[in-house]
Amino acid sequence: MQPIVRLRSAVCLLGRFPALAGVDLDADEGEVVLLSGGNGAGKTTLLRMIAGLVPVHSGEAVVLGHDLTRDRRSHRAQVALVGHETGCYDDLTAAENVEFAVGAAGRDRADVAPALDAVGLAPLADVPHGRMSAGQRRRLSLAIAVARAPRLLLLDEPHAGLDAEGRAVLDGLLTSARDDGRTVLIASHELDRARALADREVVLTAGQAHGALDARGRAVVPT
Amino acid sequence: MNLGHEVALVAGKDLRIERRARVTLQQILPFGAIVLLLFAFALDPDRGVLRRVAPGLFWVAVLLALLLAVSRSFTIEIENGARDALRLSGLDPAAIFLGKAAAIAVQLAILEALLAIGVVVLFDVALSSVGVLVLATVVATVGLAATGTLYGVLAAGLRMRETLVPVLLLPVVAPVLLGATRAWEAAIDGPASDAWPWIGVLGVFAVLAVGAGMLAFGPLLEEA
Amino acid sequence: MTLLKPDVGRAIGWAALAALVVLALFGLWGAPPDDVQGDAQRLMYLHVPAAWIAYLAFAVTAIASALWLWPRTRSMVWDRIAGASAELGVLFTALTLLLGSLWGRPVWGVWWAWDARLVTTAVLLFLYIGYLALRRVPAAPDTRAKRCAIAALIAFVDVPIVHFSVTWWRTLHQEATVFDPELKANIHGVMAFTLWWGVLAFSLLYVYLLDRRYRLEALEEDLEAKELEQAIAERVAGAGTSAARPQEEVPVA
Repeated sequence: MQPIVRLRSAVCLLGRFPALAGVDLDADEGEVVLLSGGNGAGKTTLLRMIAGLVPVHSGEAVVLGHDLTRDRRSHRAQVALVGHETGCYDDLTAAENVEFAVGAAGRDRADVAPALDAVGLAPLADVPHGRMSAGQRRRLSLAIAVARAPRLLLLDEPHAGLDAEGRAVLDGLLTSARDDGRTVLIASHELDRARALADREVVLTAGQAHGALDARGRAVVPT
Repeated sequence: MNLGHEVALVAGKDLRIERRARVTLQQILPFGAIVLLLFAFALDPDRGVLRRVAPGLFWVAVLLALLLAVSRSFTIEIENGARDALRLSGLDPAAIFLGKAAAIAVQLAILEALLAIGVVVLFDVALSSVGVLVLATVVATVGLAATGTLYGVLAAGLRMRETLVPVLLLPVVAPVLLGATRAWEAAIDGPASDAWPWIGVLGVFAVLAVGAGMLAFGPLLEEA
Repeated sequence: MTLLKPDVGRAIGWAALAALVVLALFGLWGAPPDDVQGDAQRLMYLHVPAAWIAYLAFAVTAIASALWLWPRTRSMVWDRIAGASAELGVLFTALTLLLGSLWGRPVWGVWWAWDARLVTTAVLLFLYIGYLALRRVPAAPDTRAKRCAIAALIAFVDVPIVHFSVTWWRTLHQEATVFDPELKANIHGVMAFTLWWGVLAFSLLYVYLLDRRYRLEALEEDLEAKELEQAIAERVAGAGTSAARPQEEVPVA
């Protein structure tokens, strides 16, 4: 089975700085992979590169069967990225923001309400994004990701800013994502929580990936 | 999802935001009106002069308002990282371009209608050959909105965006200012038939601007 | 690293210098003064060539930009040429306007005239200046190249529209004939020769300067590429020396 994500010696530049200096990474379908590492290690860049938002400078990068060094746009419809920013519009309500994302993805408007329910934002459906708290915005991001039903879900520090209820929602989403056979890459500092859900862990240090651990915490050498 | 739906989706989104935030009505329109007023202060208030130059002043005010409209159109995309979301959304970049340009065009049209009233009142201009006037205005607006959207995305995300867009955009749309002003003059003063060639120039510009935008918007949107 | 071989580049430089000297001789002495305009007309031998080279530089920028955008011919060579030519374009366009102004003052009595060509040239200057401003914005080489290439092509397509509209605008006003200066079929003989020589001399100058500017740009990029390699090496080395992540045998679940 072809892995959903396959990176070999991938180098990625932010301007002139080599944010990723040769990353090897694999992710199979239905796996939940945790990316850990300190600040500045390159986790965000790695996720953005996999989403096709930043170009691959050198190395091999194949995501969902697409070679990112040649074409980093075609696979995007099957990917959802939940990052630091929500990508929403302050003047639109939660429901309208999800509606726009759903419409853009060519999906049904009927998907909006269930997505808001799944993250517990149904009561806030008519609240403008600009008036939401950070935690609520994060949940809105997750709702949009859910509504898009991606094959590959990329989460960049999703626990940040979430209260206890929000974290429960997130855990629920991750579980159902895995149940649905979606592949999840999650970058997080909340190692305890995230390790509980992850199949594997990859550590990023200074733009390189090391020491993948399997579910038992033992080192696994990437193939 | 066909192109038309996507364009309507994007344009609808921008116009809905405008309806909530009312930036065009509450900020850009007053700006345009103030520009007209300032012209009156700066030029000989002898009504004769103002009446003669009214078309030109009108279009200069519209051009300056365009700068604000373009800036606003892309500020909302930059605010919360919506630009990345657009790139990931699966929308055809050409559709995003047409949608945003259409929204700017609608906002400009409303602005132009109200400023035209201002011109009639302040500069004592009698609008005749309204059909020709409206046609010239519509064609000019399409060209302005398309070019503005193109340069808006080109500069989006750059720190110097606010000063860069005017420097880039204004020289390029100089022919629109020229053509629209002459068309208005022909409609108001001279024989309306004189306007047609200028409307032709505006039409060529509009077609090229829309074409260029549909081609270049995608690549330009990609560069973060 | 350079557009021309070093020998050729140097030779062209000398040729340009020599040609300009000859131009000066012909322009100031060889050619006769104009019947109507007198000696002021001699500025034409600088003004007209400068204008032609300005347009040439602009065209070169556009063509180079197109070649960069076309995937099959994409190469940083074209981006460098586009940028270098644009700088020269600003130089020659500004020169054209300045000389035109100096020429116009004694002949027309004004520093500026709303003549179609002057206006178009003025718009051209601003289009270029915008391009240069865009070039100065810091960005990764590919990003900057793409942005600038698109801007250059849009500007290039715009120039004929500007030219056409402005020319037509000014011809509708009869005053245009007053400002219809110089040449066309009126000049011949030594004056024509001097004019063409001027175009030749300026062309050589343009090529020489383009080559030099290109070299400068290539050197700068080279420097940045080396700095990048160094940064990558440092980052990799830094990862190795920092303590390897402790491989604790801690159950994840």
